[in-house]
Amino acid sequence: MSALLEIDGLTARLQVEGELRTVLHDVSLTIGAGEALGLVGESGSGKSMTARAVGRLLPRGAQTSGAVRFDGRDVLTLGPADLRRYRGEVAMIFQDPRAHVNPVRRIGDFMTETLRLQGVTGADAAKRAAGALRDVGIDDGERRLDQYPHELSGGLLQRVMIATMLLGEPRLVLADEPTTALDVTTQAEVMAILDELRHERGMALLFITHDLELAAAVCDRTAVMYAGQIVETRAASLLDRDPLHPYTAALAAARPDVAVSARRLAAIPGRPVSAFEAPAGCAFAPRCVCVQERCREARPPLDRLDDGQVRCRRAQELRGRMAAAIREGEASRA
Amino acid sequence: MLRFVARRLAMLVLTLLVASFAIYASLSVAPGDPLSVLTGGRTLPPEALAVLRARYHLNEPLPAQYWHWLTGALHGDLGSSIALRESVNTLIGERAGVTFELVAYASILILLLGIGSGILAGLRRGAVDSTVIAGTTVFAAIPSFVAAIVLISVFAVKLGWFPALGAGTGGVDRLWHLTLPAIALALSALAIVARVTRVSVREELGREHVQTAISRGLPQHLVIRRHVLRNAAIPITTVTGITIASLIALSAVVERAFSLNGLGSALVSAAASKDFAVVQGIALILVAAFVITNTIVDLLYAFLDPRVALGSRAE
Repeated sequence: MSALLEIDGLTARLQVEGELRTVLHDVSLTIGAGEALGLVGESGSGKSMTARAVGRLLPRGAQTSGAVRFDGRDVLTLGPADLRRYRGEVAMIFQDPRAHVNPVRRIGDFMTETLRLQGVTGADAAKRAAGALRDVGIDDGERRLDQYPHELSGGLLQRVMIATMLLGEPRLVLADEPTTALDVTTQAEVMAILDELRHERGMALLFITHDLELAAAVCDRTAVMYAGQIVETRAASLLDRDPLHPYTAALAAARPDVAVSARRLAAIPGRPVSAFEAPAGCAFAPRCVCVQERCREARPPLDRLDDGQVRCRRAQELRGRMAAAIREGEASRA
Repeated sequence: MLRFVARRLAMLVLTLLVASFAIYASLSVAPGDPLSVLTGGRTLPPEALAVLRARYHLNEPLPAQYWHWLTGALHGDLGSSIALRESVNTLIGERAGVTFELVAYASILILLLGIGSGILAGLRRGAVDSTVIAGTTVFAAIPSFVAAIVLISVFAVKLGWFPALGAGTGGVDRLWHLTLPAIALALSALAIVARVTRVSVREELGREHVQTAISRGLPQHLVIRRHVLRNAAIPITTVTGITIASLIALSAVVERAFSLNGLGSALVSAAASKDFAVVQGIALILVAAFVITNTIVDLLYAFLDPRVALGSRAE
């Protein structure tokens, strides 16, 4: 599988209150054509920033180093015209469709905006938009095209968002928590539509979520982020069964199990840190139950281990004993 | 739409009715006697005074006086001025032109310069933005009578570029004469509109839906026109509408300063001499203009923002 998107040592700093703060540190990822990669992590871990960097949507004043390559082209240095063309090939779906669709323009206007720009006639564009709406399960598309965003429910609007993205026939979809703002039943529907259409059309997907299980269900591989770094990349199905990084293991352990009754939910001690406040050594060291002195000394590299990658010095020796180590740590604190 | 306009018209009539009574009542309790202007300070024999009082219905109780005026007004006769011995209809007809032109001129300045500079400042950070912020901070703090005095002393007296007084004879000459008054009238309003425009544009630029538009590869000029400016137009319209409506009342000050023979200056002198009919007539025109301007803004608003239903009741 050739890499469609290749993120190589991407570091990004944002201007916050006059000072530059690191939000992404040495992020490396690849997504093959038609492959789905899940990106999981807590809020503020840099998931969305990674997607924004790929879409060249970082806030003004942001500084980046490293490389983002799409189909071999360097994305970070594209000129305005090439950037627009690139954005046609990479579509984004955002968390809150209500905020991300212009409230004063009709659905049809929103959907066909880029088509019309390519010289497609109004009637033809409307027909294609209605067709795309049918593809996402909205049957009365023609009527919807005349409506305004506030006349549609959140789930419907997110489908409109997906349909709009389909019209551009992108090769890569960046989905930033596309179902977080929706209610649970709608979430499942929207996710199923997205998954089905992606397979049907062979689109690659970068799926950002904080739901490990959801990521495992729709993605081929999953990358785990912590404090602006990738700490583990793994086949999605193996992530919670055989975690390589103590953070992933702790996340998996913290997930409530419907079959087991517990008096208290397990939690990871401490609070998540942002990239700019991460300690010099391993960013997770202050919260890790398996921490050793050498973990705090230098930042561990992202090493290959079996079929995955992990940023932990003890990964090899803790292999297979991670979950037990977490439980022991829990027990000793209790 | 039609129902909305009809409702607004009904509200206008009601507003005018309430306003006219309020003005009548407040003028009647204010000190002074309208006849003193007529007599010019001389003492007239009581019989003569009684005749005058009867002629202007001053001997009747307030509600009756008001009723006289109201029935006349409903027949299109706004009464006659005691001081000027002229029908109020002709007086307004003669003076409305200048006021209308002055307000229109100032409005155009506000629309072009206020909104224009606001958009520029909103879109461009740096020098343009700082200049507009500094300029509008100063201008917003200058009341129109101060602006009038400064403009007259600099551009009319010192530099001699513009006339200091009068309204000119029409056409280009009228435009030339009204330039300084229009600037004096528009200045602080222009600054406020510019600032609101700047903030609205900045706010829209940061909106998520603008980010969506960018992420879809739309060219920048289209993102700005169709998503930033289009949406910023909603708050800008509101503020500009209110500002322009208030110019009508403010014009009185500027007309006095530049000796323009408009409605505003007539209103001020009529109020000073308790010339009921004139105050009433002009005040009603001002109130009507204010309400009508606001109605137009509301109509525009519903047109600009599909989320606003005209005369909306909760659905």
